[in-house]
Amino acid sequence: MKRAYTLPARAGVGFKPDHFEAIAAAQQPLGFFEVHAENYMGAGGRPHRQLSFLRENYALSIHGVGLSIGGAGPLDRDHIARLKQLCDLYQPESFSEHLAWSSHGDVFLNDLLPLPYTQETLALVAEHVDEVQTVLRRQMLLENPATYLRFESSTIPETEYLTEIAERTGCGLLLDVNNVFVSCRNHGSDPYAYLADFPLQHVGEIHLAGHFETEDGAGNPLLIDAHGSKVADPVRALFTHVIARTGPLPVLIEWDNDVPDWPVLRAEALAAQAILESATSRAA
Amino acid sequence: MFKDLQCDFAEALRDPSKPLPMGLVSQNSHGLEQRFAVYRNNVAIGLIEALEARFPVVRRLVGEEFFTAMARVFVQAHPPRSPLLMIYGDSFPQFIAGFGPAAELIYLADIARLEAARTRAYHAADAQAFDPSALAGMSDEALQTVRFMLHPAVEIISSAHPIVTIWAMNSDEKALGPIKDWRGEDALISRPGLDVEVHCLPEGAAVFLQSLASGLPLGEAVQRAIASSADFDLAKNLAALFGSGLAINYLKDSSEEDA
Repeated sequence: MKRAYTLPARAGVGFKPDHFEAIAAAQQPLGFFEVHAENYMGAGGRPHRQLSFLRENYALSIHGVGLSIGGAGPLDRDHIARLKQLCDLYQPESFSEHLAWSSHGDVFLNDLLPLPYTQETLALVAEHVDEVQTVLRRQMLLENPATYLRFESSTIPETEYLTEIAERTGCGLLLDVNNVFVSCRNHGSDPYAYLADFPLQHVGEIHLAGHFETEDGAGNPLLIDAHGSKVADPVRALFTHVIARTGPLPVLIEWDNDVPDWPVLRAEALAAQAILESATSRAA
Repeated sequence: MFKDLQCDFAEALRDPSKPLPMGLVSQNSHGLEQRFAVYRNNVAIGLIEALEARFPVVRRLVGEEFFTAMARVFVQAHPPRSPLLMIYGDSFPQFIAGFGPAAELIYLADIARLEAARTRAYHAADAQAFDPSALAGMSDEALQTVRFMLHPAVEIISSAHPIVTIWAMNSDEKALGPIKDWRGEDALISRPGLDVEVHCLPEGAAVFLQSLASGLPLGEAVQRAIASSADFDLAKNLAALFGSGLAINYLKDSSEEDA
């Protein structure tokens, strides 16, 4: 199976159509662009024209948000077929999806929903990841989720769960450092301890994003994975900590809401790039 | 069983009157309701925002508060059946037509139809405009039997109300002002290149284009157009058909089979 760890170990950006003109005006000092698969499942028109441009000029990551890999029911075969068509057409360096569910029955819930970590769901998720990799004929990356609650029935720590999925299926992992911070804060645990247990050898890409901080009804911190602001300092520190251990990895800035002008987003990516470079120079 | 848990979770997400699923934990049980609400909110707001993005003129016409309330009812009754949010809301115009609180705005559903067609056109397959020189030298008789394939983005929305004017005034294409001559308009939605265009069709053109789209030969489409409107102008319509990239291909000489 073709390995997916082929994105360049540089900083990239989640593509927003509003930035297209600015991006196309000059070669950007970025390693790759990432797009949400579902936005490019129309037949033609501007979305495909823009994606073709990105494909021709940069490395490309296709990131699915609608496959519902953590769903109890079977995967949507039509949707996998659409993903295959997209990957065949654009040959991205990486395809990734989430450890979450987003559909129930034939209803699409449009959110990345949590699942209990049990032997039952582990077997199910592994089977689904296997199915995706078999149909797409490529390795995929699976992303750790941002969660707001947990399940009494969970018996396996998330890091162990992801390790097991990667080992059973041969998939890689997408380490979302903001999600690590959000989840750990929401559940009162230590993000550094989480990362100490995370199987970093399987990480093919890192995500960074901004979050929003509020409180739940009991006065405990409630962090929302909002993707609507700059990367927070403690998340940046966690990222620096990871890179010090792994060396440079492909890192993506996600900014999906209240999207800023291109120079602001680009500066966020270059800040992440600088962290990668400082790790390289220390290693040298 | 995970399946049952997911079922309860999904039901509670979509219906706030339902109890939270059993077996959820957070740092303190007092916080659970609010934490579950993050998911409820993500689901509802995400879908309402998808409709806002697709129906900006409807939103402008009814105002943000009304739109959100109307969209919330739609989202509850008609959740998406596909992870492709670009097609979510295809049935929103029909819903609006039967939505009592919006009944006063008699043109609102037709504006929504126009906006839904614009998104479909935006994502429609690419197709090259047809080169009319291919028809040069054909006899008049043969021309009558030619059928045209229209661009996949082309849609015609006919309305008893001036929907193109209302749409243009509320999407900054045209200055806002009173509509003195209130009459029905046929909207043509097309995409000759990458940009979606909306035009008001002249008399008879909607019947002409719809006849062609349904596979009728040119001669018959013209007859129908003339029957619908004595002012139908064939020369202008043919110029538009070829000049605006509406036709992408043609077939000749299959009329006998259908005659």
